[in-house]
Amino acid sequence: MSLSRREALGRIGAATAALGGSALAARLTWDPGGFDVTRLEAERQVRDFGLKAGAGPVMAIAKSSTDAADLTRKAVQGLGGMSRFVARGDVVAIKPNIGWDRMPVHAANTNPVVVAELVKLCLDAGAARVVVTDASCNEPNRCFQRSGIWRATHAVGATVILPAAHRFRELRMKGDVLDLWPVYTPLVNADKVINVPVAKHHNLSKYTGAMKNWYGLLGGRRNRLHQNIDVSIADLATFMRPTLTVLDATRVLLRNGPQGGNIDDAKDLHQVIASLDQVAVDAYGATLIGEKPSNVKYLALGEERGLGKVSWEQVPRVEV
Amino acid sequence: MAEQPHPHPGAPELPQPIPWLGAAGRVEPLDRKAPAPKGGCGSGACGCASGAAASAETERSSPSGSGAAGGQGASAPPAPTKPPPPSKLAKWWKKRFRPRKLPGSGIPARKVIRFLAKARVVSQALFLGIFLWFLFQTAFRGTFSAEAGKAIRLPLPVEAFLLADPFVAAMTLLSTHTVYRGLAWAVVILALTLLFGRVFCGFICPFGTLHHFFGWIFPSRYLKGNKRVETNKTQGWQRGKFYLMWGFLGAAAAGSAIGGLFDPICVAVRAIGLGVVPALQYLGIRGATVAADSNVRAVQTASDGAQDFFSQTVWTANQAYFHQTWFIVFLLVAVLFMNRIIPRFWCRALCPLGAFLGVLSRFAIFGMEKDHAKCTDCNLCLVNCQGADSPQGGVKHRQDECFVCFNCEAACPEDVIKFKFLPNRKSEIVKPDLQRRTLLASTAAGAVAIPAMRIANWPDRAYSEKVIRPPGAVEEREFLERCIRCAECMKVCPNNALHPALFEAGIEGLWTPILVPRIGYCEFSCVLCGQVCPTGAIQKIDEKQKMGIGQKPISMGTAMYDQGRCLPWAMATPCIVCEEFCPTSPKAIWAEDVEVPKRESHYEAGGDHAKMTTIKVQRPHVDPSLCIGCGACEKVCPIVDKPAVYVTNAGETRSRTNVILLENTSYSS
Repeated sequence: MSLSRREALGRIGAATAALGGSALAARLTWDPGGFDVTRLEAERQVRDFGLKAGAGPVMAIAKSSTDAADLTRKAVQGLGGMSRFVARGDVVAIKPNIGWDRMPVHAANTNPVVVAELVKLCLDAGAARVVVTDASCNEPNRCFQRSGIWRATHAVGATVILPAAHRFRELRMKGDVLDLWPVYTPLVNADKVINVPVAKHHNLSKYTGAMKNWYGLLGGRRNRLHQNIDVSIADLATFMRPTLTVLDATRVLLRNGPQGGNIDDAKDLHQVIASLDQVAVDAYGATLIGEKPSNVKYLALGEERGLGKVSWEQVPRVEV
Repeated sequence: MAEQPHPHPGAPELPQPIPWLGAAGRVEPLDRKAPAPKGGCGSGACGCASGAAASAETERSSPSGSGAAGGQGASAPPAPTKPPPPSKLAKWWKKRFRPRKLPGSGIPARKVIRFLAKARVVSQALFLGIFLWFLFQTAFRGTFSAEAGKAIRLPLPVEAFLLADPFVAAMTLLSTHTVYRGLAWAVVILALTLLFGRVFCGFICPFGTLHHFFGWIFPSRYLKGNKRVETNKTQGWQRGKFYLMWGFLGAAAAGSAIGGLFDPICVAVRAIGLGVVPALQYLGIRGATVAADSNVRAVQTASDGAQDFFSQTVWTANQAYFHQTWFIVFLLVAVLFMNRIIPRFWCRALCPLGAFLGVLSRFAIFGMEKDHAKCTDCNLCLVNCQGADSPQGGVKHRQDECFVCFNCEAACPEDVIKFKFLPNRKSEIVKPDLQRRTLLASTAAGAVAIPAMRIANWPDRAYSEKVIRPPGAVEEREFLERCIRCAECMKVCPNNALHPALFEAGIEGLWTPILVPRIGYCEFSCVLCGQVCPTGAIQKIDEKQKMGIGQKPISMGTAMYDQGRCLPWAMATPCIVCEEFCPTSPKAIWAEDVEVPKRESHYEAGGDHAKMTTIKVQRPHVDPSLCIGCGACEKVCPIVDKPAVYVTNAGETRSRTNVILLENTSYSS
């Protein structure tokens, strides 16, 4: 029995389609090998949320009270009030230090009263949404709850976001040592960013405050950063230029940093410093824990990169 | 259902005309007693059932009979007027949910039984739901409403199913001679069993419900019709679970709660909590990655929202990993797969809790009675039987195997099977059908297995340094008396630090919890593992005891440096992340400032050698009197594969012999 023409054509057609289909699929998915070298030639990335430079003080040191909320208001007022920084309808990201599973008394995290007061000021200035977040070192749920920041800021209307794997996106920063890292998106997807660090002792970098607080911007294995901690910190501070920095020195950690753990490791200082200059505020903060700014190497690196001035005494400032 | 005129018990056995049809029913076979009515009696179903009046109104539906005439339709009241034509929805509803026709005499089961068989499904779904919800909530999720100083505990009694587990209570009672705290709740299930038999298996057990579900959803084609009937007859191998249970009780008497390996609640928590949920989370995160790569803002937002929802309800914010959990999941899949061939294979053949309740069900007040004379061998009871407990006529029912699911009575069209209080036990076997010698042998085997396993592996002798027990764990001998491998501690650990041991703790220590700092470290102020431990293998310590506020802290081991791998020690590179993460105050890791030689990484210009310089580094050291063995240093060490600082169980507080320092030595034992 001979094959019908119709069936012969059908079979040949099916074989041709199968062959052609696999050839097409192979062509579309073919990997000729080799890296995509163009991706390595990126520019240094900067996320600048800063204001255009204007006249007036760059740093406002509030130390005329023992009430943290009062100090915060005075410090921000010293720089012209929150309405200078936050416009109506802005999404504001506030980045306190919520790194450790410690209570406010241990002074390892930012004072919740300072953070809550900033949230209030932002909302009063017309912010549409105020996000409070950090990428913690210890387990985030414990850090957010036991730092008191979750409760205090939620109560005044902030959106508190806890870090989770899906909130990090890989980004090429092209810093001197930091390049491809997972970046914490809630901090960069905002109109204005306020950095609210706490002044602390740190055994490797001697002092940590505003510039090192940007460690909380990164996911992944941050432990590698310690091998060149000063340049890492400078890279991060170069990448991230906040609208405003408010350094919490109401209670500072003098030893066993950055975690403390013992109530006697910390001391009440009752100061809050608002600043437009990340470097100057850290230089001043270092003096508060008894460290010379010249011993804190990343400050000089920051000045070299034009982020601010180490000699904080020369910065226009007010004391309120 | 309306009351039907009941004929007198002594009514003639020949069929009477059906009143509203004015016609006689099908002629009953004369060689058999006419069946008694059931269910038709709306008021006092029990009275009706015990009345057992022969009824002639009961219509038998032929296999080809119309739907309206069959089953319960027969006992429906006559419609006084013609009802309005049913709506489309009503028609669909009727077609979908119309009571199934019963073959044979078509006598519907008692109303209460039909209700109970349906209520059983609701109860099973409810308890499975509660079980899963508790399992998902076995994780700390913070709240905005808590004060900073509030002690962190779980709000729900997430280990409730284990506390109510009488087999766990019995094992730990035999091994420790005490009933630990919440395990007293086991009397609730005991009381239920003494009243009603193994209702736990039929109505409550979440693992049994899973098997029931899988037996229903995917029976193989070899599990239909007559093959299913044969499969559901009582099999000799069902004795296996009793021997297994006696073996585990023997092991418990010899000082090991190893029976937790087979306890159904432990299996469910372990396999679902450590395997199924993390696997679903993995799929979810893969989906989120694809959504993120799509670079479509709306897709990313939706995916982030879904991730937030699931990480707050089902899983947690970061991917959970469990050391060697594939073996646990493999066994779960295998035992669920068996339902394809033998329904509820696990419950019938392996479950030691079911066996334990089976032994106790001999005292049950509630039970089954059979009227063998009425049985037509239609085998409908067997088709629906869950426990393979011989519900059919001609053989004795097996109370020790019966899950009291009421399927047999609900299916029986001939009014053979009756569940009732204080039934006559003429056709009932209440005790497991075991051979005394095999029983004694299996108990003895369980008892001698423990010393056999321990001479191979015991603290002080050939013990693995990787066995770092959770904080608050009791001394190893007592730990093995208590640990039922339920994996609650591993599930709740916020840092994913606790893992099921494979053979690190010896073959007896299979799936007991060990700290694997490489994957996660023990959070300094966290005491949740002790909170959820149902048997006290991990004690309910508080933060002050753990952190050592005003007392000596609890230590799980000690950190050691591998100086050949440590960056400041071996490679002239600054690091000390370990020191940064060390949670104690003063820190157990301290750094020594040294100036070390360092060779430049490139040749000098024009030269043929690299220049030597010096660099200041801080070299870390451990103070063993302060180290608590939490493993934070090991977790954060940048040498990922084999960390330069690692924790072993040396110096653990719970041991009186595994001690490093002189001042910690106790010679009291």
